[in-house]
Amino acid sequence: MTREHLRFMLPILSLSILLVGVFYLQPRAMSYFGLNLLFNLAIPVALATIAQMMIIMVNDIDLSIGTFVSFCACVTATLVQDTPLLGYTVLALAIVGYAAIGAVIHIRGLPAIVVTLGMSFVWAGLAVLLLPSPGGSPPPWLRTLMTMKPPLVPFAIIAACVIAAVTHLFIKRSSFGVLLRGVGGNERALERSGWSIVWLKAAAYGLAGLFGVLAGMALVGLTTSADANIALRYTLLSIAGVILGGGEFTGGRVSPIGAVIGALTLTLAASFLSFLRLSSDWQIGAQGAILILVLAVRLLVSRREGAA
Amino acid sequence: MTGFLQRPWIWAYLAAAAAFIATMYVSGGQGAGSLAYAALTFAAFAAIVGVGQMFVITLGPGNVDLSIPATMTLAGTLALKFMATDSSLILPGLGIALGVGLICGIVNFALILLLRIPPIIATLAASFLFQSVAIWSNRGLRIKPPAPLADFSTGGLPGLPNLALVAILIAIAAWVLLERGLAGRWILAIGQNARAAQLSGVPVNAVRFGVYVGSAVLAALTGFLLASFSGGANLNMGTEYMLMSIAVVVIGGSSIGGGSSNVPGIWGASLFMFLIVSMLNSYGLGAGVRLILTGCIIVTVVAFASKRSHSA
Amino acid sequence: MPNNDTMSGTLGVPVVALGDVHKSFGPVHALSGATLTVHAGECIGLVGHNGAGKSTLVNVINGRLEPTSGDLAFAGETPGQPPKGAQRAARAGVRSVFQELSLCPNLTVAENLRIPYRTMPRWGWRALARKTVRAALDEVFPDHGITARTLVGDLPLAERQMVEIAIAFSRRDSDARLVILDEPTSSLDAAIALQLLTHIRRFCDSGGAVIFISHMLGEVFGVASRIVVMKDGRITEDRPTKGFTRATLVDAMGHVASAATRTTSRDFGAEVLRLPNGLAARRGEVVGLAGLAGHGQAEVLADFFFSRSSTWHARRKPHVAFVAGDRSRDGVLPLWSILRNLGLMTLREHSSRGMVDHAQERAIGDTWRERIKIRTDDMTNPILSLSGGNQQKVLFARALASSAPIVVMDDPMRGVDVGTKKEVYRMIRAEAEQGRTFLWYSTETDEILECDRVFVFRNGAVSAELTGDAITEENMLRASFEMQEAAE
Repeated sequence: MTREHLRFMLPILSLSILLVGVFYLQPRAMSYFGLNLLFNLAIPVALATIAQMMIIMVNDIDLSIGTFVSFCACVTATLVQDTPLLGYTVLALAIVGYAAIGAVIHIRGLPAIVVTLGMSFVWAGLAVLLLPSPGGSPPPWLRTLMTMKPPLVPFAIIAACVIAAVTHLFIKRSSFGVLLRGVGGNERALERSGWSIVWLKAAAYGLAGLFGVLAGMALVGLTTSADANIALRYTLLSIAGVILGGGEFTGGRVSPIGAVIGALTLTLAASFLSFLRLSSDWQIGAQGAILILVLAVRLLVSRREGAA
Repeated sequence: MTGFLQRPWIWAYLAAAAAFIATMYVSGGQGAGSLAYAALTFAAFAAIVGVGQMFVITLGPGNVDLSIPATMTLAGTLALKFMATDSSLILPGLGIALGVGLICGIVNFALILLLRIPPIIATLAASFLFQSVAIWSNRGLRIKPPAPLADFSTGGLPGLPNLALVAILIAIAAWVLLERGLAGRWILAIGQNARAAQLSGVPVNAVRFGVYVGSAVLAALTGFLLASFSGGANLNMGTEYMLMSIAVVVIGGSSIGGGSSNVPGIWGASLFMFLIVSMLNSYGLGAGVRLILTGCIIVTVVAFASKRSHSA
Repeated sequence: MPNNDTMSGTLGVPVVALGDVHKSFGPVHALSGATLTVHAGECIGLVGHNGAGKSTLVNVINGRLEPTSGDLAFAGETPGQPPKGAQRAARAGVRSVFQELSLCPNLTVAENLRIPYRTMPRWGWRALARKTVRAALDEVFPDHGITARTLVGDLPLAERQMVEIAIAFSRRDSDARLVILDEPTSSLDAAIALQLLTHIRRFCDSGGAVIFISHMLGEVFGVASRIVVMKDGRITEDRPTKGFTRATLVDAMGHVASAATRTTSRDFGAEVLRLPNGLAARRGEVVGLAGLAGHGQAEVLADFFFSRSSTWHARRKPHVAFVAGDRSRDGVLPLWSILRNLGLMTLREHSSRGMVDHAQERAIGDTWRERIKIRTDDMTNPILSLSGGNQQKVLFARALASSAPIVVMDDPMRGVDVGTKKEVYRMIRAEAEQGRTFLWYSTETDEILECDRVFVFRNGAVSAELTGDAITEENMLRASFEMQEAAE
């Protein structure tokens, strides 16, 4: 069994254990509606996690994804609903903005943590300007999409699989995905072969922006209204999700399927506690504990391999 | 004069003064004293956590303490709960708060060292735990601080709030440590080049341990004071200090790349961060514009500062 | 593919031609007047001691370095505006394999082909990449046992090197015409290395050209059709392999031997250190670590330093002091003044109650500015205002000012002028006579000749221990280069 297999198995294992636990405590969750309820809110988290993964893939960390998703949610609930053309233009510009930030960070050699932190103020400010108090409503098509009830398998599960499959194909299978991961793995090797790191980094940030926009839209579709602080916790959740899913902070080692599973695990951890009849006070703590536990297990595994 | 202008902290003070004057311009000079008093009070909180965060950031790229808000909340909650408005328990309560900080700092560094993960993730994961403990112990109750403590935290000498006095003393202590102390030298050395520092006999792990514990203890103290000041602890009281603590370090002229700290700048930036809000408020601009402006300032300062370090 | 008769000695068409190429970094002439033509079907063995200019030469050929002056021409270039630098070399079919691995460890073996293969088709590229890499590996290293789907990071070092070599020889949009191999066998075992040599011969027979850099002279004699010797940035010998014997080759690499004036041998104190790899030193002894660069000397020194110091506790009297050679990585604190840089090691020794003794710090600074002649009028100037040589003096002073009985020096004379060197030699001698022990890794022969005892390193292990009159350049070269056939 190689390290790659273990890396892949660990997230699946942790999700399975949690799922078994939930089903054991609450057998009724093992139904169409039960599953939909458990995983519904996981869709925007998964999309935000994929966005974060794009940034971590090129060895940076994005501290603004939470406020960015909030901003996108506000745009979707207001501009897209009222003046669709303007709304979609703003979302497209936001993606371009993200790509530009990536390029600037690389060209000027800026610390991504601080720049994205600064940008988080900007996104939050824009969101507040758009929607000073909670409100707005999603475009009808979005609402219809997010509340779809396909036969047999709940929408949340299908959506998670689609997100995982599409990003997996793009990041792991396409020849462009190889280059993006190569930036995280050995920037100099790419530079020597004549690739433009600026463009690749901009592309990675742009993709993060795209998935951030999707996360914001999905969130509004589910909650039917937006507010400027709606997704603040996504910054931390998305980082945790990438790591839970087997990604590493540096070296371009990320797994899109793992990231989606990581997002599902984090969402499920919250429900699990309520089934345990533990107060929801421990919800955040449980997410932190799972993160620490997984990192510790991973360290033990790599140590054992190092010794072998 | 040019030498004076080259001090990196001067800009924070100039900006703060500009914001102050702009606010006064709208009010026609009325309430200058009370604005200054309020600025000193609120800047004190940002200054204390800022000093802790400054030492962490000085350790070099990747070092940042994201658990400050959670530590503040936890320390404030547990201390006020313990004191239960009993005036005789104020000192033990302070002890509890500082003890919470000590434990949080140890947890943070233990995760960094044992799990060998970047500090940003370690402090993030730890903050989830701290926050949960805070939520659990708080239970939505809002326990008032003992009366003498509340009086202390809201009172002060004429023109100088007690909180500002505390924060200034802490800043002076930090300045002495940095300029005169062995530990300060070691922190700066590690931030510039950890490997070179270690090869010159600097006890790298001991220093990093001290810095993370120090940051958590200062955050805990701030939580204690903030809870006392605002009449009780609440779960969101630390939230804005995550970004604030980093912002005052960056704006205050410390190097984000590590190795160069600036204590006076922390105070200047803290005053500025408060005054810019009051300025925008007085112009009738809302929270949105204020946030955007803050973000732009941070990004600009970073871009400017990194240019300087490149050319140097 | 050009079909030429290499057996009869006629040369194929030139692949690359250098005419009087110079390359200087500031005042340092890394390459002076190199003229070299590489023909199709040739394998050139490039040898020379540390700093002889081998890397500069091949980096000019593969376009990573722009020559300061001189001509560089590739075969098959149409006149007009050729692309610059690395792109130009790549288009001409120049491929390089360097010791520092240029693979992405997070990608699979096949995916790593994608990085240099710029015009890869978008669809079906994975199958193509797998097929190409597998074919290349099979061709160079039969029975390699590497699968194209494995992550490079999961491969042992030797197999990574095999992958990199195979990718360099692989068929892509443009075929490889000239492959530059810099110490390709450093982490390969003998059998695999033999496969590589066989492949190089086959590649050259079919019209390719190879530049082969190796410290294994047996391999060079086994594979090269022509040997180029470099010394001090010049090409000093360029003859067919037949014209050399091992002895004449070693002679050709050596410096013009300066008559070594050996100091009379002294009596040393008790043994102060002995490492498992055999490295040992006595009190007051100057111990040299010799051998080609990158053969484990620096790692041994750093490990030794870390084993004698703690990351949790700073001793008032440190056991070991370290003088860095790679200044920016291991030594200089770039934001600080000269004084602060100099005083770092002695801070703890002269502190009281956790406070820095500024007066003492200044006193130490002034003393050492005099003793080691740091050229500055103000010790509070930034360290980066000094020249490289003077920065190095500060690092020397930092270590020597401490009371540590053992001083470890990691090739500390890079970029230092001759005058300074002489001063430092004298200082080291004087300190050694006072009972200090020095561990001195150097890539320069005359520095090693200053030592009382020398350990020559090869492939991370001590390959010879020389004392007294046995410390000669010839003995060192002999021990640095693998003299047996690749059969070891």
